[in-house]
Amino acid sequence: MQYKSQSVSKLYFIAAIGLFVGQILFGLILGLQYVWGDFLFPEIPFNVARMVHTNLLIVWLLFGFMGSAYYIIPEESETELFSPLLAHLMFWIFLVAGAATVAAYLLVPYATLADITMNDLLPTMGREFLEQPTITKIGIVIVVLTFLFNIGMTVLKGKKTVVNLVLIMGLLGLAVFFLFSFYNPANLVMDKFWWWWVVHLWVEGVWELILGAILAFILIKITGVDREVIEKWLYIIIAMTLITGIIGTGHHYYWIGTPEYWQWWGSIFSAMEPIPFFLMVVYAFNMVNNRRKDHPNKAATLWALGTPVMAFLGAGVWGFMHTLAPVNFYTHGNQITAAHGHMAFYGAYVMIVLAMISYAMPILRGRVAANSKKSQNLEMWSFWLMTVSMVFITLFLTGAGILQTWLQRMPEAAQALDFMTTQDQIAIFFWMREVAGTTFFIGLIVYLISFFVGSSDEEATVK
Amino acid sequence: MNEMFTKAMARNIFYGGTLFFFLLFLGLTFDTMTVVPTRSNDNVIAKDANGKRTELGAQIVQGKKVWEDNNCVGCHTILGEGAYFAPELGNVYVRFGNSTDAIKAFIMSRPKNGIPGRRSMPQFNLSDADLEAVAQFLKWTSEIDTAGWPPNIKG
Ligand code: HEC
Ligand code: HEM
Ligand code: HEM
Ligand SMILES: [Fe+2]
Repeated sequence: MQYKSQSVSKLYFIAAIGLFVGQILFGLILGLQYVWGDFLFPEIPFNVARMVHTNLLIVWLLFGFMGSAYYIIPEESETELFSPLLAHLMFWIFLVAGAATVAAYLLVPYATLADITMNDLLPTMGREFLEQPTITKIGIVIVVLTFLFNIGMTVLKGKKTVVNLVLIMGLLGLAVFFLFSFYNPANLVMDKFWWWWVVHLWVEGVWELILGAILAFILIKITGVDREVIEKWLYIIIAMTLITGIIGTGHHYYWIGTPEYWQWWGSIFSAMEPIPFFLMVVYAFNMVNNRRKDHPNKAATLWALGTPVMAFLGAGVWGFMHTLAPVNFYTHGNQITAAHGHMAFYGAYVMIVLAMISYAMPILRGRVAANSKKSQNLEMWSFWLMTVSMVFITLFLTGAGILQTWLQRMPEAAQALDFMTTQDQIAIFFWMREVAGTTFFIGLIVYLISFFVGSSDEEATVK
Repeated sequence: MNEMFTKAMARNIFYGGTLFFFLLFLGLTFDTMTVVPTRSNDNVIAKDANGKRTELGAQIVQGKKVWEDNNCVGCHTILGEGAYFAPELGNVYVRFGNSTDAIKAFIMSRPKNGIPGRRSMPQFNLSDADLEAVAQFLKWTSEIDTAGWPPNIKG
């Protein structure tokens, strides 16, 4: 560790991993409720478990992004963090607010929660991914703005690099677009239109800047390739992201009451959205193949190469599969969407955070550059277990989605099966998803164990 | 990568491209805002010159609130967005034979402890007013011009 204040990121990474475990446990509950309809009913209805699953995902990714920034920004700026105290303070506020919100989801009926948090004053609740009480949303804004202030001041007093700049632009964008979650028009169509300014412009916009910056940082560190080269790639990738991704928002405006011209704008631009992900694959492999040095942290290298590949598959390939309007007409809002959502989130954002943790955690725990061989081996096992499981989760949901389209959507009304009957017909795929989810969870346990083995062994070296 | 193509050029494409396409997006957004009201019968829920809604309009807006306060979107899709655990509700008014009464009866009749072995919907114990409101909201939603989606009545 080059700067003492980088150590705050350790706290953020530990919290991220803890919440990740919670997220997957609730994923398994959801998966079981899919096939065993009244499992845990009425104590934990499906919608409650789903909120916990998706909100924990978002929150732990935010912890991961913040932890990454607290590690990267001082090192790139070549100066200590502006205020480690503020970073600690915000950590605890965010953790307590997050935990309290999830506990409230589980302990009181959602309508009661809406009532006691006075949702009537400024109704923002009850929309997918934005279920948090308004007061929690305000808390998130305060935490994120304080965080931005902290890293912004650090950059101002230190060196300004492209990695820093792109990372900050991404995080600033994250904060700005989150503000649209406070706008909830009475007209459902308007509500949906602006809702996507949070969700789509996050994952297919500003978050990709964060992803690009973190990946660039890791590649600079582990390959020793000239930073000029990596920065040029980074600019091209994020340029393609926003050039295609902003208008690409139109792929959500086909069937929600918005004008039909979006079918053209959305299809054409979002069809090009895989390009930046493809470039990311080419560049990551290029940089590693042209490396100037060997880095002893093989596990981090694996995550850093795995991220672009899985992001390309999940976001690029699975996204493209259903993004053209004539296809989306039949697949909109069915299991294909769930398949894509899982692999894209995992490949792009889960994996980049795990890559960063893999690179930084050994150093944060006092190693020079890497964990022992034993620990790395276990971590690489967990990489494969989780990643292969996610591929299977995606494949099974895709199978379910294709059949659902075939049975429920394609036939004329008289022959088409209704929703619930269709779900019964494709239950086998949901069972298999649950099995793959269980192996994912095993992979996660192996991941946790990897932090505790070989700690007293000597550090791995380059050959 | 090619030496002729410099980092400064890449940076300029990023800033220029982002700005251009964001402005284009704003333009399309502006146009969309002018078209959505007619496609969604906004006049029914719009406030009049005195800032008041009709009784029906107020009911629909209240219905959206009931929808949100009970997190119906955590199990259902509405116009294809939400969760994929339970039936699409954007067109449930039509599927239930153009009847708000049928919708109300369905919601009211959910057993408190669920249906053994079957995916279950909670009993929300909605007041009569909230029940009517959410049914009117689903009726209004079914009348949005969704470019022909869903492909058939099953949703
Ligand atoms: C915990 C999950 C869950 C929540 C939350 C939920 N529902 Fe449902 N809903 C279901 C399930 C499952 C079905 C299918 C029931 C069946 O066929 O036995 C259903 C069916 C329906 C139907 C009939 C649809 C059809 O085509 O047969 C309507 C109408 C409905 N729900 C309205 C609502 C409203 C309004 C809310 C919010 C106040 C809501 N639901 C919240 C799970 C849920
Ligand atoms: C890392 C990047 C991405 C992530 C994390 C992501 C995630 C998601 C998620 C979670 C949804 C479901 C939203 C909902 O609940 O309604 C979704 C929908 C969708 N995504 Fe992505 N996505 C990414 C990139 C892409 C790309 C690059 C494309 C196109 C090439 C794409 C095309 C779509 C489409 C068309 C839908 C709508 C599906 C429907 O109609 O139901 N996505 N995405
Ligand atoms: C890191 C791993 C995971 C990530 C990133 C993830 C992400 C997500 C996301 C983004 C959604 C919302 C999807 C959408 O709206 O399209 C979701 C929903 C869901 N997830 Fe996961 N998830 C993960 C692991 C799991 C596991 C292991 C299981 C179960 C075995 C699971 C089961 C579910 C279920 C059942 C839903 C609800 C789908 C629906 O709405 O019907 N998830 N998850
Ligand atoms: Fe999108």
